[in-house]
Amino acid sequence: MAGSISVDMVNAPPSPLDITNDVVLRAENITKVFPGTLALNKVDFRVYRGKVNVLVGENGAGKSTLMKIMVGVEQPTHGRILLEGKEIHLHSPLDAARYGIGIIYQELNLCPNLSVSDNIFLAREVVKRGAVDKKLQHQQTAELVRRLGHQIDPDAIVGDLRIGQQQIVEIAKAIAQNMRILIMDEPTSALSAAEVEVLFKVIRELKAAGVSIVYISHKLEELLQIGDYITVLRDGRKIAEESVGNVDVPWIIERMVGRSPAALFTRQEHDIGEVLLRVEDLTLPRSSGGYVLDHISFELRKGEILGIYGLMGAGRSDLLECLAGVKTPASGHIWLMGKEINTGTVAERIASGFILIPEDRKGQGLVPTLSVEHNMLLASLKRYLARYFLSKRREREAAVSMVKDLSIRVANVQQPITSLSGGNQQKVVVAKGLLTLPKVLLLDEPTRGIDVGAKSEIFEIVNRLAKQGYGIIFVSSELKEILAMSDRILVMSKGRITGEFNRAEATEEKLVTASAIGHAVSSGGNNNGRKNHDNSK
Amino acid sequence: MAEKTTTTQSNTSTTTHQKTRISKTDIQQFLLRGRAFIALILVVIVFSLASPKFLTTENLIIMSKHVAINALLAIGMTFVILTGGIDLSVGSVVGLTAMIAGGLINEGIILPQLGVIVYPHTWMVMLISLLVGTVMGAVSGFVITRFNVAPFIATLGMLYVARGFAGLRNNGYTFPNLVGRPEFGNTGFEKLGAGDFLGINYSIWIMIIFALVAYFVTTRLPFGRHVYAIGGSERAAELSGVRIKVTKTIVYMISGFCSAMVGLIIASQLVAAHPATGETFELNAIAAVVLGGTSLAGGRGSIGGTLIGAFVIGVLGDGLVMLGVSSFWQKVIKGAVIVLAVIIDQAQARMQERIALQQQLEVLEADKEKLQSKEQV
Repeated sequence: MAGSISVDMVNAPPSPLDITNDVVLRAENITKVFPGTLALNKVDFRVYRGKVNVLVGENGAGKSTLMKIMVGVEQPTHGRILLEGKEIHLHSPLDAARYGIGIIYQELNLCPNLSVSDNIFLAREVVKRGAVDKKLQHQQTAELVRRLGHQIDPDAIVGDLRIGQQQIVEIAKAIAQNMRILIMDEPTSALSAAEVEVLFKVIRELKAAGVSIVYISHKLEELLQIGDYITVLRDGRKIAEESVGNVDVPWIIERMVGRSPAALFTRQEHDIGEVLLRVEDLTLPRSSGGYVLDHISFELRKGEILGIYGLMGAGRSDLLECLAGVKTPASGHIWLMGKEINTGTVAERIASGFILIPEDRKGQGLVPTLSVEHNMLLASLKRYLARYFLSKRREREAAVSMVKDLSIRVANVQQPITSLSGGNQQKVVVAKGLLTLPKVLLLDEPTRGIDVGAKSEIFEIVNRLAKQGYGIIFVSSELKEILAMSDRILVMSKGRITGEFNRAEATEEKLVTASAIGHAVSSGGNNNGRKNHDNSK
Repeated sequence: MAEKTTTTQSNTSTTTHQKTRISKTDIQQFLLRGRAFIALILVVIVFSLASPKFLTTENLIIMSKHVAINALLAIGMTFVILTGGIDLSVGSVVGLTAMIAGGLINEGIILPQLGVIVYPHTWMVMLISLLVGTVMGAVSGFVITRFNVAPFIATLGMLYVARGFAGLRNNGYTFPNLVGRPEFGNTGFEKLGAGDFLGINYSIWIMIIFALVAYFVTTRLPFGRHVYAIGGSERAAELSGVRIKVTKTIVYMISGFCSAMVGLIIASQLVAAHPATGETFELNAIAAVVLGGTSLAGGRGSIGGTLIGAFVIGVLGDGLVMLGVSSFWQKVIKGAVIVLAVIIDQAQARMQERIALQQQLEVLEADKEKLQSKEQV
């Protein structure tokens, strides 16, 4: 019944691409609302039969949400999914699998305690006379893995494999299910160049067999190499759809990025005062050998924004955590305003003037069950005591004035924190920090996962705070952000400071070069391991 | 130009929409929030229709007396569950503290070096018992926070240990006739259970006082806020400077203290201390807390809810007895009510989420349109 209506929809060609090509799956007019964010806004996405359909966009553009909707992990708030012109309702990945839609997740969804073949045949075990036919599974697994150009023992425990190999297992698992539509979310993120080549060969084989592929990746050159059609998302909207033959890297970037948040922000000059914080020889050994922090020394002045740049796992977050008292360094000295700080716990560090705005806002910055107000005041409750009890009036005053100062957009401060958008949630975390009356603000990726407008607002707040004389340490992996914000930039690599640049002399090239110091080129396995460690944090 | 007009239109429509919606939502939320209370009133109405003796002052006081025991335990348990923990040891601590109090009254403290027996004053007896309960809680808390043992396991261990000590105290025998002796100056223990003020039994007053104090602690003290924060996100609380270990330990001490109070009340009401006192009380307490809308995951709930939960369980139990329902059916009904309450809880959470999402959608779309028109200008 629903089919007869939707066939018209597909036959009516909304773009010239449709005339010559055959759409197997179509996500039509999809809108998805999460608490506080509009993840997808009326997005139309077409998957062409037997082609590699590329989906690109920045973090938070809505790629993963769209993908989750196509495999039934999430349900759209509005809009529908059409398979071969018929509307289908996907309530779980199992539903999707029944329709022949499979997915290879970016974060590996394997059971680390099971063997390779057990993982590949999980929930689809080959059964002979009521028992799992281990021999056949073993054989088929070996075949699959060989097809992917690898030699992994089907009986090996997945947890013992390195990340790249695990990714191959994940891919093998998806291929084993003979899906007609296969979604690949950053399948190459942990693969070496040679492994990528093999994967591409397999993808071409799949294409030839009529399998349609949705391919999501950040590696733009790779997309041009393997893709047939490209769809660009930005801020939850579809910006463009093109045949890959007609596009190049600058075309993609232009559509992905749109306006740069750093460009929107106008930096105000501020005076830099005397030395506020001095760190000497801070050392944190890694349990598996080597250093997380390798004799770090630096100074921070009043009113200075000190940017710290580095790759994942360079030790940036660990440095902030050592200053905030979350981690205890093995050795080293910290002086704040000429006084050595010896005490260790987070509470004591907050009392002496450090406050960390953590990278993981949802997991570490906020208590999801508390209101906006209670979140904001959590770190400074002692200030609102009237004798023994919290004074509602003082609490409200503090919260309301912060809402005004940082222009946090809330209906009222008793609203649940989860109903705010990411940017406003982040402002609440910053407000919580400021209410502890800190001297040094430790900002760990403060703009991660928030929209462009909120980013530039955060920049302006940080800038204003510097003007007011706070010392600010600002960790970011976005080059443009860090260049726009910082008075001085330290670059870290493998736990060491490998570069220091003034605002005037810093360039993207210099930062990237310094951040690569100490990274051996061919240490693929090692790098993957560390990357995984950093992600799991 | 056209762009601008649509923006203003959609803006005004959103605000008016919101206004009407909020009032509707408010009513829905009020009904859902007050559901435990509404359930209590329904239960009371049903029983008073079924039995004329049900709604008499006398019966209400007797019922409140029964409820007080469970309510006191549930108040302590609420603190623990709000942090995301659980205390399975409360029943055993009740038994142990009852035995401690009984022993102190009947046998006193023997000081072998001096060859004398000291009989502490009744007040002292109660103080020592409360202290013992609190220390048991502190031990659980210490094991949980210091050695990173799951609260379920740590307090399960304490359940056995405390029950064991309760038996060991008098080789499994009861301490009978806890009236003390005038010549030892330790009389009057039975008044705690039997005495009343304004015609209302002391145990009920104690419940009221504990509930009021707990209410203020949870809502007006930084400590209470910390308890909620830990239950919501331990990591975020820690990074905000909350002393996780101390706070968690105190929470188990509160639960131990409440258990000791119950141990004293029961021993006094029976004028005897039996080592099996309080067996399975922990389950009733947990049921009351959950029925009162506190999430076992921590972070959500209230003392008021717990109190209502304890009353629903108590009234249901006493009412069914009055109607002559068999004790087996009573258990079936109690179990069903507990699970039903949690099912309603889940439904409420889903409904609230849906309402919030709908509202958010309108606000966000208006925001986006505004942003776009700004961009074009």
